[in-house]
Amino acid sequence: MDLLHNLSLGFGVAFTLQNLMYAFFGSVLGTLIGVLPGLGPVATIAMLLPSIYSLDATPALIMLAGIYYGAQYGGSTTAILINVPGESSSVVTAIDGYAMARQGRAGAALAAAGLGSFFAGCVGTIVIAAFAPPLTELAFQFGPAEYFSLMVLGLVGAVVLASGSLIKAIAMIILGLLLAQINTDVISGQARYSFDIPELTDGIGFVVIAMGVFGFGEIIANLGMPAEHREVFTKDVKGLWPTKEDFKEAWPSVLRGTALGSVLGVLPGGGALLASFASYTMEKKLVRNPRVPFGKGAIQGVAGPESANNAGAQTSFIPMLTLGIPPNAVMALMVGAMTIKGIQPGPQVMTSNPQLFWGLIASMWVGNAMLVILNLPMIGIWIKLLTVPYRFLFPAITLFCCIGVYTLNNNTFDVYLTAVFAVVGYLFYKLSCEAAPLLLGFILGPMMEENLRRALLLSRGDWSTFMTRGLSAGLLIAAALMIVIVMLPSIKSKREVAFSED
Amino acid sequence: MKIKSQRDFWSGLMFVVVGVVFAVGATNYPLGASARPGPGYFPLMLSVIMAILGAIVLFKSLTIETEGGDPIGSIAWKPLLVIVAAITVFGIALPRLGLIITVPILIVMTSLAGDEFHWKGVVAAAVVLTVGAWAIFVLGLKLTIPMWPTVFGG
Repeated sequence: MDLLHNLSLGFGVAFTLQNLMYAFFGSVLGTLIGVLPGLGPVATIAMLLPSIYSLDATPALIMLAGIYYGAQYGGSTTAILINVPGESSSVVTAIDGYAMARQGRAGAALAAAGLGSFFAGCVGTIVIAAFAPPLTELAFQFGPAEYFSLMVLGLVGAVVLASGSLIKAIAMIILGLLLAQINTDVISGQARYSFDIPELTDGIGFVVIAMGVFGFGEIIANLGMPAEHREVFTKDVKGLWPTKEDFKEAWPSVLRGTALGSVLGVLPGGGALLASFASYTMEKKLVRNPRVPFGKGAIQGVAGPESANNAGAQTSFIPMLTLGIPPNAVMALMVGAMTIKGIQPGPQVMTSNPQLFWGLIASMWVGNAMLVILNLPMIGIWIKLLTVPYRFLFPAITLFCCIGVYTLNNNTFDVYLTAVFAVVGYLFYKLSCEAAPLLLGFILGPMMEENLRRALLLSRGDWSTFMTRGLSAGLLIAAALMIVIVMLPSIKSKREVAFSED
Repeated sequence: MKIKSQRDFWSGLMFVVVGVVFAVGATNYPLGASARPGPGYFPLMLSVIMAILGAIVLFKSLTIETEGGDPIGSIAWKPLLVIVAAITVFGIALPRLGLIITVPILIVMTSLAGDEFHWKGVVAAAVVLTVGAWAIFVLGLKLTIPMWPTVFGG
């Protein structure tokens, strides 16, 4: 009954009027910045820092958690509506979500994303409360070799994100990894591929590539089609709410996504992100004969990854709360807020500050509930947005992307770079090279390199370290199996029939 | 030799060229040994793999027959150039002319990329979006975006 006692303590803290208000304020702000392309939660939190530090620890953390969830939810909204993934985790959502929006099923996609996330959030909260200590043990098992192998597995899985040629998809992943090499080497401090341009030594921003390739590339491709063939959005919007069949198809995906996300989220560094595309891979393999093929607007492709992502975001609090390792920049700011209040993050938080620990966990649930309450009625408004004629819509999207990119670093260099990637995006479109695998390679690139080099340093240059460590070997074998399955001629021909371009 | 798939031919070529460029670039950085990998180690590995994959795509495009030759089709030069120019102008103009002038320029320019252009609608959109951008980004989020042309001391 410890669990119930702890949760009731937590909800006692979360359900005070003051804390509810902070949760609400955080979620609203988070959604707003998530919907505006380019403006990330990190920039917003940085702007809010002075006011955050003047608050008590508990409301401050509750508000930060609200911003974090809100931004993720808002990011999937733009991914579904205009094909611009606002957050790295919503890259996967854009594939089927945008296809659904084009068929007039944006309402169903948004509702599936919202409800799936909420369910995953509920489960994630219980998982944290019940399994925080044993799950921490799992994270301890992961060394650099295991992380590298996990990312190999993730990237092999990303091949399934593309519906065209297999080799081209792999090449696009590697192109993404290579683009991520334009940076300053973390180990030696050497600037790479920067051509003495100071802005390039920080690396290219994820948002710059996402907006250039997805946002602008898409606009140019749409405008290039003759108006009568330009089927951007159908005028026939089929309801705001998912149909019975939608629910029936989506719920198993939500369950699977939640389970996968809860496990992967525990790994510090990119766990939640890997969860969303691992889930997409799994759905694509498991769902036989989907009513709507994947990539063309399958609701499973929205519901699964969104749930996985949210469950992962939830359980990624476990390494932070128990080990003090922040999995991403937002969490790092939360650790900062804790230390400023004199709370040392680590396993002892649970016993020394039970009110804060359980209050935070309960308020994650409250934040998720707020998002659903806030966003379900908004679906109607979002859909109205899609009925705006395209000749007004595309200049507006261009404007918001431009301002968003500019505000990333208050720097016009990023704007010019986005223009370059707009051309690249159109080129990819013309050559039918799909960009989703590239983006995932780009996100994982730096982490992959760091872990590879660390693993090799630790093993003194012995590549067999990846196979002699049990967990790492298991992950690599899984990756190899996945390649074999995709390569098998019989399955390959099926894959081509199912996913070939029109 | 006849190209059997235009799209694959050009994308294969793109992968090979980019792979070779990155590989040459990687040799400028210390490679290290596998016991102590240097900054050039991982990029070289990747670019070689990519060049090989590109070569495979290229080879397939020359040998495997596709329906109708898989043509690339005509390139939409007008939207491509107009959108890219509009983004570039936005970057040049924003720090100098401020949001108040840059937004209408961007809206008018991008609208030219479409095949319908009505002054009335475009001007209305420009006004609405300028006010909207100001309200959201400057008033609401308090971002430091230049609002007025610098000649007015903004």
